[in-house]
Amino acid sequence: MTATPVIEAKNLDLTFQTADAPVHALRDVSLSIGKGEFVSFIGPSGCGKTTFLRCIAGLEEPTGGTLTVNGMSPDAARRARAYGYVFQAAGLYPWRTIGKNVALPLEIMGYSKQEQKERVDRTLDLVDLGGFASKFPWQLSGGMQQRASIARALAFDANILLMDEPFGALDEIVRDRLNEELLSLWARTGKTVGFVTHSIPEAVYLSTRIVVMSPRPGRITDVIESPLPAERPLDIRDSREFIEVAHRVRDGLRAGMEEDA
Amino acid sequence: MTAAPATTTPGPFRTAGRALRSTVGGTLPVLVVLAVIVGIWYAAVAPMNIRLALDQAERSGATVVPETPIARQEVSVWRLMAQNPDLVPQSYAQDRPRLPTPGQVAGELWATTGEMALEGRAMSRRSLIFHAWVTLRSTFWGFLLGTTLGIAGAIAIVYSRVVNLSLMPWAIISQTIPIVALAPMIIVLSAQVGIEGRGVPKAIISAYLCYFPVLVGMVKGLRSPGTAQLDLLKTYSASSLQSFWKLRLPSSVPYLFASLKIGIAAALVGTIVGELPTGAIRGLGARILIGDQFGTPLAIWAALFAAAILAGVLVTLLDVAQRATLKRMGMGR
Repeated sequence: MTATPVIEAKNLDLTFQTADAPVHALRDVSLSIGKGEFVSFIGPSGCGKTTFLRCIAGLEEPTGGTLTVNGMSPDAARRARAYGYVFQAAGLYPWRTIGKNVALPLEIMGYSKQEQKERVDRTLDLVDLGGFASKFPWQLSGGMQQRASIARALAFDANILLMDEPFGALDEIVRDRLNEELLSLWARTGKTVGFVTHSIPEAVYLSTRIVVMSPRPGRITDVIESPLPAERPLDIRDSREFIEVAHRVRDGLRAGMEEDA
Repeated sequence: MTAAPATTTPGPFRTAGRALRSTVGGTLPVLVVLAVIVGIWYAAVAPMNIRLALDQAERSGATVVPETPIARQEVSVWRLMAQNPDLVPQSYAQDRPRLPTPGQVAGELWATTGEMALEGRAMSRRSLIFHAWVTLRSTFWGFLLGTTLGIAGAIAIVYSRVVNLSLMPWAIISQTIPIVALAPMIIVLSAQVGIEGRGVPKAIISAYLCYFPVLVGMVKGLRSPGTAQLDLLKTYSASSLQSFWKLRLPSSVPYLFASLKIGIAAALVGTIVGELPTGAIRGLGARILIGDQFGTPLAIWAALFAAAILAGVLVTLLDVAQRATLKRMGMGR
């Protein structure tokens, strides 16, 4: 798994200059993510988990250290369509049908009409929205909208999927189902996933590795390899291994908070 | 399986009933407001016209209290009405009233529009249809010019910091100058550069009032997409032209229509103002001015109402266009 890192950060720093004082959003963050890993970032708000994800996407510019994605700078990787990004809000265009929303990146990237249609059909099937291409976003539930936004991120075959609290605004029942579906999607596609969350069970259930982060300055306090098997039914959350991992994540979070206080 | 389907599916009568209720529910308040306005208007006619009515009655030999116009100047209209109850109805039948009755205005409006149209003289110089058409033409060109300028200015403001800082203050200042002061200058200046007729200067004045709401609305509309939506396009490495066509422009459509409705009304007002101080003899503005100069208040009121009806029709047309467009875009619901 450590053969060729897909994402590699070394001593990454990011300081925002604000009016009163500089904010250290990231301090000395080093992490290497291998192909096909599912890595969750968890921590309280202000710990830099979203900022780190945005750095990988080239949406923020680090102020120190090095960061490569597929061996390139994040900017170059973005232009090479290395990743698909899923935001907390589905952010579907209300004036486009679900199919047209999924086709948005394909239009921008200049795929042919024929190819657009094929890819839209394929990715909508992948997220179980087969019959919904001609519906408008307001005709879909919140969970279905988020599935459509995942389809949009998958439509152009990026090998990395970056997800910033994608299920944060959904209720727990829908979230459980989407978590299950995301795992099976990940197993089928073999993508590398970076997943930001503030839910411990979600992080433990989904990840091959859990990165625990702390605020002020934003930094990594613990990296936990998951001992859970690849095959994970929902009731694995009652198993002893699961509870132990969750415990360790909680301890890591608490340690970071106490240090801070 | 024992549930009665009648309780879940609305029968035809219930559907019809709901449709009727919603129509009545929408129309009734409007009618009530209208009735109140007409009522106040009718009530106001008597005190407004009582002096005229008494002067006229005195000249035709009737007994009026007090007897002379000068003596009557000292007395309030309310007292005049109380002292001459028999002559109050005369207030409602003046040829050149201070305040005409709604019926008189409606009569004048019909006489100068529908009746003339029925006689085949819709485009006669005495017909309001002709004058409304003249005003409408200039309004249309002014609206087109103003909307184009407003949208172009908004795009420039949203995409260029320099333009934002330099153009916006001037746009605001432009609206603080009274248009009545500016209108004659525009007409004189356009005559100086050899523009014949009043069509062009009127359209310019109209555009001057119309571009601003469109500019402000479109700036807001083009800036309405949130950071997340712009970030999403950035993750696709979209060009700014692509983000304009695919995100900013469609997002601005609801704002655009709201602005266009204000803009078309402003364009109409601009055209009428352009017709007022300039010795124009055609158009609703000219009719208002001529009515004032010749002391024919009925003509003024009829022209005012023609302008209001015209504005109502134009705004309604835009409203229909808005509904159709948003529905087509899937945002109509």
